[in-house]
Amino acid sequence: MTETLLYLIQQLINGLTIGSTYALIAIGYTMVYGIIGMINFAHGEIYMIGSYITFIVIAGLLGMGMVSLPVILLVALIVAVVMASTYGWTVERVAYRPLRGSNRLIPLISAIGMSIFLQNFVVLAQGSRDVALPPQITGGWTFGDPSVFEVSFSYMQALIWFTTFATMTALTLFISKSRMGRACRACSEDLGMTNLLGVDTNRTIALTFIIGAALAAVAGLLLGLYYGVVNPFVGFIAGLKAFTAAVLGGIGSIPGAVLGGLILGVTEALTSAYFPSEYKDVVSFGLLVLILLFRPSGLLGKPEVEKV
Amino acid sequence: MHNNKLQSALFAAGITLVLACLMIGVKLDTESTTLAVRGATAEQWTWIGLGVSLVFLSQLFSGQIDTLFGKLPKPNVGGLLPKGQKMTTLKPWLIAALLVGLVIWPFMVSRGSVDLATLTLIYIMLGLGLNIVVGLAGLLDLGFVAFYAVGAYTYALLSMYFGLSFWICLPLSAGFAALFGFVLGFPVLRLRGDYLAIVTLGFGEIIRILLNNWTNVTNGPSGISGIAKPSLFGLEFTRRAKEEGGQTFHEFFGIAYSSSYKIIFLYLIAVLLVCFLIYLINRLMRMPIGRAWEALREDEIACRSLGLNRTAIKLSAFTLGASTAGFAGSFFAARQGFISPESFIFIESAIILAIVVLGGMGSQIGVILAAIVMTILPELAREFSEYRMLMFGLLMVLMMRWRPEGLVPMKRPHLELKQ
Repeated sequence: MTETLLYLIQQLINGLTIGSTYALIAIGYTMVYGIIGMINFAHGEIYMIGSYITFIVIAGLLGMGMVSLPVILLVALIVAVVMASTYGWTVERVAYRPLRGSNRLIPLISAIGMSIFLQNFVVLAQGSRDVALPPQITGGWTFGDPSVFEVSFSYMQALIWFTTFATMTALTLFISKSRMGRACRACSEDLGMTNLLGVDTNRTIALTFIIGAALAAVAGLLLGLYYGVVNPFVGFIAGLKAFTAAVLGGIGSIPGAVLGGLILGVTEALTSAYFPSEYKDVVSFGLLVLILLFRPSGLLGKPEVEKV
Repeated sequence: MHNNKLQSALFAAGITLVLACLMIGVKLDTESTTLAVRGATAEQWTWIGLGVSLVFLSQLFSGQIDTLFGKLPKPNVGGLLPKGQKMTTLKPWLIAALLVGLVIWPFMVSRGSVDLATLTLIYIMLGLGLNIVVGLAGLLDLGFVAFYAVGAYTYALLSMYFGLSFWICLPLSAGFAALFGFVLGFPVLRLRGDYLAIVTLGFGEIIRILLNNWTNVTNGPSGISGIAKPSLFGLEFTRRAKEEGGQTFHEFFGIAYSSSYKIIFLYLIAVLLVCFLIYLINRLMRMPIGRAWEALREDEIACRSLGLNRTAIKLSAFTLGASTAGFAGSFFAARQGFISPESFIFIESAIILAIVVLGGMGSQIGVILAAIVMTILPELAREFSEYRMLMFGLLMVLMMRWRPEGLVPMKRPHLELKQ
């Protein structure tokens, strides 16, 4: 195989890795939007908090002399998911639930306020500097001719692919099979009617926030380990990207969020491979504008019908 | 009932403890190459304990607290203003007195206060601009700072490369920002509100990234410094004239040089610009186009049924808002003398949006009041500067829960059929 082709394959691998984590965050946006029609601006901060908690747990366990990596990662995952879910639940309870039913702009502004609050809360609690964690999972597979170009697929990337796939499968099963998942789907169809039929909609909405936050925490763990660095400001840009992914795939649609995330990740990887990497954000937002121009409801979204 | 309350209070306190213990109770610390965690000091734990008990007590006695607060009158700044018809036609002598007061005031106070007042006036300009877009037309723009940046960089670049003066650049900046607004608005204004929010947010980021990376034109992250200050009919406010044969302000009038003239002059320009904008927007609001903005905000489908061109109306609001931001931007560049992409981050957009919402969407007096509050308060709370943004976020959330219609809700003279 030629060098260009191998280089392209490498970029695709990198892009799909980042893209699958965008997809995990994007699901949180898309589910909340699907049910109550608001942009949960503080979602990016939940992802950032998930990353911090992962780092805290890993550093703590390593400090206590634990050596078994799978155990450490599992504990970190559980703690991060539980903590981030608690944050997600609290945010909904404090900042959004009392505002339900008011003008659409009001919860959005409350959400922006919450996002600023959480970001600065972490700045005050943990400092605003980068926190670096030495790589925990090293090594990987390489293939291709070493004299031409060597494509590498690290174990960390494999872990990201595997975890994302497992999480997505679990989510799909939950949404399509379980009773609570059915309530979620019913709420996104028609909130008022679902309420009339005796489903506790407040609880279902809270559940949506918890699921979204849990997935964001998984993404926080994976990206935190992948990059090895976290600071309080990573949430904003990651949230923006994930929201772009959600809109790209059609907001309100879970498969759409996954597709959007993957497309966005690949686009970014290809842009930074062939152009100066500073412009990758410009290209991804440009892509968003283009999609909205030609297909306003996103790739997999249903076109909205205006009812009078 | 009482038992239930105790349960929920315990639950809330437990949640607070869980939220606090891992974030505040443990701190990450880099020791040489490894990462370590450090437990919090006793003082921090005391704070956590205080917070948890506060949440517990406030939940336990939430009923009593609510009735207590219910007895307090809600602050209604609108009530302090003259009621009804008088609001719409402020007495001319009152306006005159206010203007004279604004002009005389800076000569009596310190330089710092005048400078702060100028900054407040910039935020008033921005607030008035965003008020057209968000308050009147109901379009959520989260990247308003992009147009502000366009205005500022237009003046900075034109004055750096072509030596154009502030007074020429002021309308040019507004026009250029309007052009950006038009080009961006044209495709996206067909979309639903939330998409507009995210596209404008993305656009704000794109502008910032471009300014940061287009180094050979914009000088990148290090910004542009030494931007020329405005002059009074060619009279500069420096100690010595820049060019041979030029005259400075103090030489022309034969008075001693003082650097505070420059600051007062900038303040007076800002007052002039703000008055101009208030007048202009007030006129626009009474024109058919202004009525159409508000009608579109209230009910889009009804407007379309009545034959209003939705895109044209939205676009006009968006473009006018953008040009106002450009206006403010070029003045900002002139005042600072130095601009860099750092001044145009998302948080600025959020602050301007907060000003509009806090003031009461659509209400000009409210926006002016909120801009004053939002710029003066952080200055007063300077010693708590680390907690500033935290408080700012909390304030936005609390404000939305407590008084979502803003400090001075917009009122129109209207008749109501009494049943």
